[in-house]
Amino acid sequence: MTVIVNGQRWELPDGATLADVLGRLGAPSAGVAVALNGAVVPRASWTATSLHSDAQIDVFTAVQGG
Amino acid sequence: MADDPLAIAGRQFGSRLILGTGGAGNLAILEQALLAAQTELTTVAIRRMDTGARTGVLELLVRHGIEPLPNTAGCRSAAEAVLTAQLGREALQTSWVKLEVIADDRTLLPDPIELLDAAEQLVDDGFTVLPYTNDDPVLAGKLADVGCAAVMPLGSPIGTGLGIRNPHNIEMIVAQAQVPVVLDAGIGTASEAAQAMELGCDAVLLATAVTRADDPPRMAEAMRLAVQAGRHARLAGRIPQRFWAQASSPDRTP
Repeated sequence: MTVIVNGQRWELPDGATLADVLGRLGAPSAGVAVALNGAVVPRASWTATSLHSDAQIDVFTAVQGG
Repeated sequence: MADDPLAIAGRQFGSRLILGTGGAGNLAILEQALLAAQTELTTVAIRRMDTGARTGVLELLVRHGIEPLPNTAGCRSAAEAVLTAQLGREALQTSWVKLEVIADDRTLLPDPIELLDAAEQLVDDGFTVLPYTNDDPVLAGKLADVGCAAVMPLGSPIGTGLGIRNPHNIEMIVAQAQVPVVLDAGIGTASEAAQAMELGCDAVLLATAVTRADDPPRMAEAMRLAVQAGRHARLAGRIPQRFWAQASSPDRTP
């Protein structure tokens, strides 16, 4: 299936989860937040959150600002 | 000023200078500036992570025990700001947020209608909301009424360094405030930070004035001292202004 991760098209096997995406991104273990189709998914739910085709995943972190 | 802490939402801070992390040329300069400012709370922005990109700012803050305050910089609507606040809470495990909802890129002025809407939603969702607001006593009062933990009026638009354009409005906000007042945005140099404190603000939040100064650590030191000087002057109680001179030495006897 095809999903959109931070604006890029990714091909993933069926049944892939949010945790799989974060692992492939090499996201650090702290300081990261994820929105799936525009809603925040808490870290504790990443493993249990299966993705569907065309899912939009955005991964955020803290940067200098303000 | 360990005997005169800043208290916001039940938490106490020894420093009344909140230094933003935006605008620093590199992390080494930012680190020196943060340490010179002796700040205990500092803002960070929440942005989409590019693959493999690491900013390092969080690691720096953890290393020095400085509390990160996620902001909603760049948001134009209440909906965007609420989502960004929720992302910041998830990423940094804090319910504190510096709420910014701006109207346009040219002025970066707060959109008061979206700001109040977002503040109300976030307070209802359990956030400790510190809104960046206009220097409008009416809006500041409404933000406090909906449950914001502080109000943060601008001195002048973000990044302009124009100082405090309407000191009387800031004094009116302070006079009516039921919550701490943090002067946020527009400060260009140390005398303006001192002025904010003399007007009765509880703290000053600034970034550009330090991070884009020729010597950021030295300007951070200047701001730290200015905030302390202004606070002392406020508490000391200044003399009333007079039109004519008044001798401070005794009369000469002929």
